[in-house]
Amino acid sequence: MAEYEMVIGLEVHCQLATKTKLFCGCATDGFGAVANTRVCPVCTGQPGVLPVLNKRAVELAFQAALALDCKLADVSIFARKNYFYPDLPKAYQISQYEQPFSQHGRLECRLKDGAAKVVRIHRIHLEEDAGKLLHAIGSEELDHSLVDFNRGGTPLIEIVSEPDIRVSDEAYAYLTALREVLIYSGASRCDLEKGEMRCDANISVRLKGAEKFGTRAEIKNLNSFKNVKDALEYEFRRQVEIVESGGKVVQETRLWNAEKMATFSMRSKEEAHDYRYFPDPDLVPLEAKPAWVAALKAGLPELPAARRARLTSEFRLSSYDAEVLTSKKEVADSFLETMKLLAPEDAKALANLMLNTADFSPIDAPRMAELVTLTRRVITVNKAKELYPELRASGKSPKTLVEEKGLAQVSDEGQLREWVKAALAANPQAAADLRGGKERAIGSIVGAVMKLSKGKANPGLVNKLIKEAVNAGA
Amino acid sequence: MNTTELSAAQIAAQVAAGAITAENVAGDHWARIEKVEPRLKAFVTLLKEPSLAQARAVDVKRAKGARLGRLAGVPVALKDNILLKGVETTCSSKILKGFRAPYDATVVERLKAEDAVFVGKTNLDEFAMGSSTENSAFFPTANPWDTDRVPGGSSGGSAAAVAAGCCPLALGSDTGGSIRQPAAFCGVVGLKPTYGLVSRYGLIAFASSLDQIGPFTRTVEDAALALAVFAGHDPRDSTSAAEPPARALKGLAGDVKGLRIGLPREYFIAGMDPEVEQSVRAAVELLKSLGATVRELSLPHTKYAVATYYLIAPSEASSNLARFDGIRYGFSQRQAQSLEEVYEASRGEGFGPEVKRRIMLGTYALSSGYYDAYYAKAQRVRTLIARDFAQAFKEVDVVAAPTTPTPPFRFGEKTGDPLAMYLSDIFTIPSNMAGNASLSVPCGLSRSGLPIGLQLIGPAFGEGTILRAARALEAAKPFAKIDEMRPSLAA
Repeated sequence: MAEYEMVIGLEVHCQLATKTKLFCGCATDGFGAVANTRVCPVCTGQPGVLPVLNKRAVELAFQAALALDCKLADVSIFARKNYFYPDLPKAYQISQYEQPFSQHGRLECRLKDGAAKVVRIHRIHLEEDAGKLLHAIGSEELDHSLVDFNRGGTPLIEIVSEPDIRVSDEAYAYLTALREVLIYSGASRCDLEKGEMRCDANISVRLKGAEKFGTRAEIKNLNSFKNVKDALEYEFRRQVEIVESGGKVVQETRLWNAEKMATFSMRSKEEAHDYRYFPDPDLVPLEAKPAWVAALKAGLPELPAARRARLTSEFRLSSYDAEVLTSKKEVADSFLETMKLLAPEDAKALANLMLNTADFSPIDAPRMAELVTLTRRVITVNKAKELYPELRASGKSPKTLVEEKGLAQVSDEGQLREWVKAALAANPQAAADLRGGKERAIGSIVGAVMKLSKGKANPGLVNKLIKEAVNAGA
Repeated sequence: MNTTELSAAQIAAQVAAGAITAENVAGDHWARIEKVEPRLKAFVTLLKEPSLAQARAVDVKRAKGARLGRLAGVPVALKDNILLKGVETTCSSKILKGFRAPYDATVVERLKAEDAVFVGKTNLDEFAMGSSTENSAFFPTANPWDTDRVPGGSSGGSAAAVAAGCCPLALGSDTGGSIRQPAAFCGVVGLKPTYGLVSRYGLIAFASSLDQIGPFTRTVEDAALALAVFAGHDPRDSTSAAEPPARALKGLAGDVKGLRIGLPREYFIAGMDPEVEQSVRAAVELLKSLGATVRELSLPHTKYAVATYYLIAPSEASSNLARFDGIRYGFSQRQAQSLEEVYEASRGEGFGPEVKRRIMLGTYALSSGYYDAYYAKAQRVRTLIARDFAQAFKEVDVVAAPTTPTPPFRFGEKTGDPLAMYLSDIFTIPSNMAGNASLSVPCGLSRSGLPIGLQLIGPAFGEGTILRAARALEAAKPFAKIDEMRPSLAA
């Protein structure tokens, strides 16, 4: 069988992290709130209203574009995308069409094997979100539908990639990298559960090595990165089967059904909407004034790639540790903040603590630094990890908590020697092995000491004292 | 003294001085409205009790010694496409029947702040689409000078109300001539401000890039006063100019000595009414005798204005009117069984034929495959029309022309022929395309006693200059008083 490859382009919608909507003053915190409590005449499309562009949204959009190495257009134009649907109160969405605010960017993604893959960004444009239709209340199906306009008018950017993606893992890596960059740049929180990042995929297949693109299908309703990967793999198989059996892929929009793990035709090219785009006469052209752009560029926070590089060079972390640390911005932020209070040689211990604590989520830097300092001699790293959830929940200082719980590590050699003696006596086999030169046997003796000390024995000293005892012929 | 004879400026001054009460003013005007309205039908909503209450509040305010606004106690009517909070706003369309405005238009806020009193909402061609007010879904409005004739449109109700003495000030909107044409037909002053000078927030959009709110008054001074009150930047309208109204009104004082007037060849066309031409030329001669200089000039792209307008305005309208879908407000066909049926039935029954015609025109012009040939091309022609004016205003201060090709026509005369109706805006449309300042001022009566309007066009923010020229004409040739109007209303 001939070898095929997929050609994928992704369209990603991200909600900008503004306090208010794109064209009115309503709050954007309506997710989960009582329906239609974040609305006004403007975002419900009352007669006579006019849109006023949110400057902060533009700044965040520009920041996102700059973070993705895009070129900002000197002037961009808002356009109306006209179609009827009850969640779209003006019956048009204000978007950008012929002149988006930015184009020609690039994003470097890291694949599982560590290789880098560059995906070019075709364009980014600004637009408003639609409202939400409710067809049921709880489990009760309605015989009519309700509309919630809380989300309507929320600022979005749509990021359109070039068709540079060839396998589903690359799509996953691209989305992961995109999410990181957007979060780092401050443009979006990209909370997937709140629908702050949504993806549509365009996919076609062709024989490997072919230059011409096949006919593409657009897949909608992909609400997680895993959905994207699964849908692309399904769609690849579907399209290859069609081509292999001599058929032709038709250009259409398909919906992903995550339960059935399959895509289903939603509308064909013939049924596609004619959106009758035209420049919105209610808005003036958006100018990207050079001084403004320069200030935004200068104010751009450190992006994930730069931060990873810094973690490996400045703090000597492994690239794996750097990768995992930066994958959550708040964790990486906390790492850097805490390191300001610690010595460079503590970096590994701090990273270790952060990466190995279950469901790690940062506390303030002074306490974090204190905790790391305690692991030098007062408590073990394992104790520190155990202690962490309580530390976070209580807000107490690590020292106080350690004292309260009587967890301080025991470094008193007299006490330690007693435990070592008892441990050797209780584990004659291991003691004999150790004397016989089987160094690995020391583990079970250390374990026994730890048990006796309820985990408080200083492990370094314990090791030393066991060796001393064995050498002394104990 | 009957205060319906007074101008807005006079009423405000006398109310402020305590010579008359706002309540008396309102009472006089209600007597007038109740007398003429059965034959005039200028209003779709009358606000008698609320306006009397407002008037009394103005009197109380004065009694307390508070400073009164520039329109203290002045009865004002609003075209029914301008939102007045809590009051039904219909655009004279069935589709908005029952819709109560949830907020005040910016112009309304500004009028309220100056203590104006709102007497009612006036009739219009449905969604401001028309030139005779015959397209109102409710009833036609009569011309006060001859009740067998149309008052013009689309702001026919506002023009008729001011002409008939129901109020000294009414607001209209002008997208292709909807203030100036009815002003000419009803013998009153009608001003279309420069695009961007007056906020459109709270004006139900017809064609957003062309719509402007402006005043109808019986004196030029009142038009300037009204503009000074409601013009000026509004942060809620992104297309509103930073220009303070005072700058636009600069040049209002003084005479017309040395004023350079241009007569565009393209506005004096074969087939136009000879009495209109005669009257307009006589008015220009009068200005010349007062010291203005007059020269002919050419605005070569004028002939494309109507065609261009009927691509741009319907295109924008097709999008602006899409929100009237029967879902959130206004008329909704409850018998509908599906979403598509709600849309089709609500819009099918809610909109009248002219509105549907324009929605279809606009939808077609914006369709993929046609956009470049129609909408995009029309926008390029629009630039050429604007350039014509820019060129002209290098050489003259004011362009003078007829407002309409004919005096007011009879009911039904043009309803069967949309194109003939469209051509009644042939002289007013170019100013909307260019976005500059323009007004109509009465300049005479036809032999059969019908008003004729002179159009004075200025550059963007040239309101002061065209108002000055209009005032010179007004001073030299006083307009007919309300009492001298046709017997059909005077009876």
